[in-house]
Formats: sequence, structure tokens, C-alpha cells
Amino acid sequence: MTPLLSIEGLTVELSTGDHSFEAVSDITLAVARNEVLALVGESGSGKSMTALAIMRLLPEPVADIVAGTIMFDGIDLASAGEVTLRGIRGNRIGLIFQEPMTSLNPSIRVGPQVAEVLRLHKGLDAASARRRVEELFEQVRIPDPKRRYDDYPHQMSGGMRQRVVIALALACDPDVLIADEPTTALDVTTQAQILETFRDLQASVEAATILITHDLAVVAETADRIAVMYAGRIVEETTTEQLFVSPRHPYTHGLLGSIPHIAEAEEETRTRDRLPEIAGTVPALWALPPGCAFEPRCPRASKRCVGERPPLAELAPGHTTACWHPVETAG
Amino acid sequence: MSALLDVKNITKRFTISRGLGARPATVHAVDDVSFAISHGETLGLVGESGCGKSTVGKMIVRLLEPDEGEVMLAGEPITHLSHRAMRPFRRKVQMVFQDPNGSLDPRQRAGDIVEEPLVVHGLGDAAERRARVENLFSRVGLRPDQMANVPSKFSGGQRQRLAIARALALNPSLIVADEPVSALDVSIQAQVVNLMSDIQREFGLAYLFVAHDLGVVQHISDRVAVMYLGRIVEIGDTSSVYQRPSHPYTNTLMEAVPRPDPARRHHRPTIPRGEVPSPMDPPMGCAFHPRCPMATEICRQERPLLRRVASGAEAACHHAD
Repeated sequence: MTPLLSIEGLTVELSTGDHSFEAVSDITLAVARNEVLALVGESGSGKSMTALAIMRLLPEPVADIVAGTIMFDGIDLASAGEVTLRGIRGNRIGLIFQEPMTSLNPSIRVGPQVAEVLRLHKGLDAASARRRVEELFEQVRIPDPKRRYDDYPHQMSGGMRQRVVIALALACDPDVLIADEPTTALDVTTQAQILETFRDLQASVEAATILITHDLAVVAETADRIAVMYAGRIVEETTTEQLFVSPRHPYTHGLLGSIPHIAEAEEETRTRDRLPEIAGTVPALWALPPGCAFEPRCPRASKRCVGERPPLAELAPGHTTACWHPVETAG
Repeated sequence: MSALLDVKNITKRFTISRGLGARPATVHAVDDVSFAISHGETLGLVGESGCGKSTVGKMIVRLLEPDEGEVMLAGEPITHLSHRAMRPFRRKVQMVFQDPNGSLDPRQRAGDIVEEPLVVHGLGDAAERRARVENLFSRVGLRPDQMANVPSKFSGGQRQRLAIARALALNPSLIVADEPVSALDVSIQAQVVNLMSDIQREFGLAYLFVAHDLGVVQHISDRVAVMYLGRIVEIGDTSSVYQRPSHPYTNTLMEAVPRPDPARRHHRPTIPRGEVPSPMDPPMGCAFHPRCPMATEICRQERPLLRRVASGAEAACHHAD
């Protein structure tokens, strides 16, 4: 599969008043049509910065791309000019944010908001734009789309608003879809509904999708491949199945073990056992250890990890890990 | 043995302005909720946003007054006690909030934050209090040399440890914890959950653990209560509620939780129907009936009451076995 979007050596530098540091360090990623790549990490891991960098929506000059390329259809988004970018954002690359109200204008009815995008990018006239929006609303399962067309965002529930945002992202048949924590703000039953819609649409829109989240359970049921980020770098990348069956990086391994998931009927429901935990805290990005960033928290760390940063290496076909002492394969 | 906490038929209504000229609406945030917690026990209280679970927690620590019903602590009704008469009871019940930033004074030093309850209740002299604070710091996994720092010097997980140390200062019997780990990073959540389990055993604490994360609640709770639109729809032992959910809403909730299991992608569970109705205009009869796959005529007419069902739990459903 030829990738539709390929990122190479992407590095984003962030300068706050006191510190200047790399929020994203040397990221290489590729995503193909019809594929869902999940970018998973905790706060400060650089996952959202990566998304903003792809869209060139970084809060410049506080954050800036200092190295790397983001190739999309022969264009390097990392160095493209604003005019080129404007033709791509919201048109060929669709965006879904965590909080629908950051994407929606609260004072404009939802239907016309989506219609405006179609008129701008696709040059549709008012009537055909409206027809297309009603179709899109139907596609994202907004009940009674003709009537909801004239709702203001505040008249809708959080789940319905997120459906409008998805319709907005899909309006111009994008080649790439970037979803940043699309269900994090939603309740669990609404999340299940949105994920279901998301998966169904995935099959029909044929986009390359990057799904950004902190929730490994969400990606288990949605993503084809997963890249795990820690302190600005990718530490492990493989297929979803592989990652859950046989995580190789001690961080991924620890993370999967520490999440209390609901036991299935046949399992023991509850043990008074302590949860396996990852010791310590995420280091500050401006005070990273010289070797592996996970070393201070890692149960497998050796002297080598303190002084030398492990590069991403392919341990098995399609399974890369940045670790000197990877966890043994399961089974 | 009588229960440590006995909550009897508490109800809380809020009046909400609907804008100029419109009649204000009344919301039954909590409607006729009853449960008990024994010494050393953890009751998990789960439900989606707006179900009233946090309001229940606030009424127990008297941050809110119930409009009806009574909260009994160790057999004593505390709902209508004056501020002064409430004092001895305040020591017994403490609260830990979701966001430690909102509950810790940013200008106060960490040591003083933990010491404050001791000062307010006039316990010990300065040296004794200092020793107690140091002790609490090390107990929750903070270093005594961090006592001079202000909260902003701590990470999110450490701030929650600080909030727990403060809650422990007065040796309470019950801690109401409202989403204590949901603002924390995944790799930090397990640390705080384990800390809460450890101190529970050590101090014989009881918890009302209010949370939306069903995995965490299953891990920490002896019993679980599920709320929907202001009412408890099911309550029972954790294993009964999780493995043999009797109320269709409990079942919907359990099915909706994503599992870290890629195989499930191919045999998907049933997807929940519809959305939570507005609490300003709850459905007649059983509040869940518009979304319920089992609903019949009686569900539209008559509100089901909690009753014992086959799993051993209590469920408010006309059709539960």
C-alpha cells in the first residue's frame, strides 16, 4: 500500500517563557487509504502536537516545525504556504476535535455551517449545498436531518454536536481524516454510538485516518495500527492485534496491565489485588534524561538505558520498538 | 451491626431559569435515593453525566442540603444539624474531589494544606501536628521535604495524593471520593487507586466512590449502585451487578464500555439506542423506557420500584427476573 500521508523526521519545538524544548521529536509515520492509524499517548506525549503540525495549526511562533517533512499528494505540508494550506484544510484533510464547540460557531445554525464549507471548497450553490448537508446528516445518523438543519449547536446534545462535526469533516470527501480524542468528552453510551458510526463511515469514505487518543480500549475496537508515544517520541508501532497480544515496549506493556478493564463473565470479576502500576511520573519535556525517556520509570532499565537512547528498531515484521530490553514475545 | 452511613429517601430539586419570560423549570437531580454503607466498605456509584451521582455525594458531606429525606451517620441524623452540632460528624466524613486544583488553595504550602483540618478542629500542639503531617505525607507517598511547596510544584497525581492526605488528617470513617482518578493520566490512575485500597485497609475506611469509569469502579468496589436520571436503577454486590446485570440500563452501560480487546471488533455488542432524555422533562413511568429494548405498556405507565431480583441485587425494572 502506498501511503497517502507520510511524515518523516517531524520535530516540533515549543518555547514557553522559561523553557524551549521538543514537544515532538523525530516522528516518522505513514498512513494509507482505508487505514486507521491510532496515535496513543498520555498528556504531554506529543500526540496532539503532531496532529496540529500536520494541519499546520500550531500556535506559531510558540510552537514551530523545526525539522521533517509531511508529504501529502506530492506537497510537503511542513513547508507549504498559507494559500496552499487553506485549499487543503477542511477540504482534502478533515478534522474532528474532542470538543465539538471548538469546531462549531455557536451563533450559526448547524446546517448552514456545514453548507458554507461546501460552497467555499466545492462551489456548490445554496440548494445543492443544502441537499448535500441533509445527506451528510443522514449518513452520520442525525435523526430527522431536515428539521435539525436549522438547530443551533446549543440546542443539540453533545453526541449530536459531535455528529455535526463529523459531517463537517466529511463534507468535502477528504482523503485524510484526523480525529483528536473524538469521543473523550462523551458519556460511555454516546461514545459507543459515535464509535459505531465512525467505523461504518470509515468503510464508505475511503479516507486515511489518524485517530488520536489516550484510551487504548477505544483504539482496540477501531484502529488497524497503533503508534504509542511517550515524551514526544514514538516508542512502539505495530498492528492493533500485535500490540494487545504482544506489547514489546515496557511502557506499552505497563500501560496495558494497569488499566482495570471490565472482566468478562467467565473471568474472575474482582480481585482485591493491587493493580500493576507504572512507578513515578511522566518527566518534564525540558528535563528529559539523556538516554531513554522512560528509563527512570522502567522495571527493565539497565545502565545502557541511562546513557544511550534506543532507536526504533524492527523486532518483527511490521513491529517496531525503541527499547534496549524489549519485553519477550507472548506465547 | 448498624450501618456507618444510612441514606434514606433523599431528594434534591434544582430550579433552572429558562430565560426571560419563560417559567423556570424544576429538575429532580436526585429523586428518592436510599442506600447504606458499612464500616470499611466501598460502594461504587456509577452513571453518566447528569444522573445525579455527584449531587448524592455532595449531600452526604453537606455541601448541599437534601429537600427531602435524611442522611444518618453512625445512627445519627445529620441533615439538619447546626454548623456547631455538625462538627464531630465533619471529622468522620471527608471528601476528595476530581480536580485537586479546584480543591487546594494555590497559595498555601502543601504542609499547611494537610495541617489545616487539625488546626480547625483544635487537635494537638504545633509539634504534634507537624509530626502528624509528616507522617501523612510519607503515608500517601509524598516526601516530607515537599511540605514547603505550593500545589503548582506537584504533578497531577501528587496533588491528588495531597488531597487524600488532607482527607485522612482527621481520621475519618468515610471518604466520599468524587471521580478521584478521572483527571489523571492513565499511567498514574493505578497508583492512586492502589493508594486508596491500601489506606482503606490500614485505616478501616469506608468509601463512597463516585465515578463514571466502570473498570475502576469494578476494581475497587464491594457493592455498586447504578443511577439513571436521578434514581438508583440497580444496586448490589459488584459481581452480581457486573456479571448478571438485571436492569436493562446496567446492561446497556456495561456493553457500551470499550474493552482493550481487538477481537471484539468483529463481534460487536448491541449499540445503545437513543440519548439520555432531559432531566427537566423525564419520561413517564420508567425513565429508561424510551431506550429500553424490553419496554412494554406497564413501563410507560408505572414507575418500577427497587426490588430483589434473582442475581441477589435489587433492580427497579418491571421485567427483571
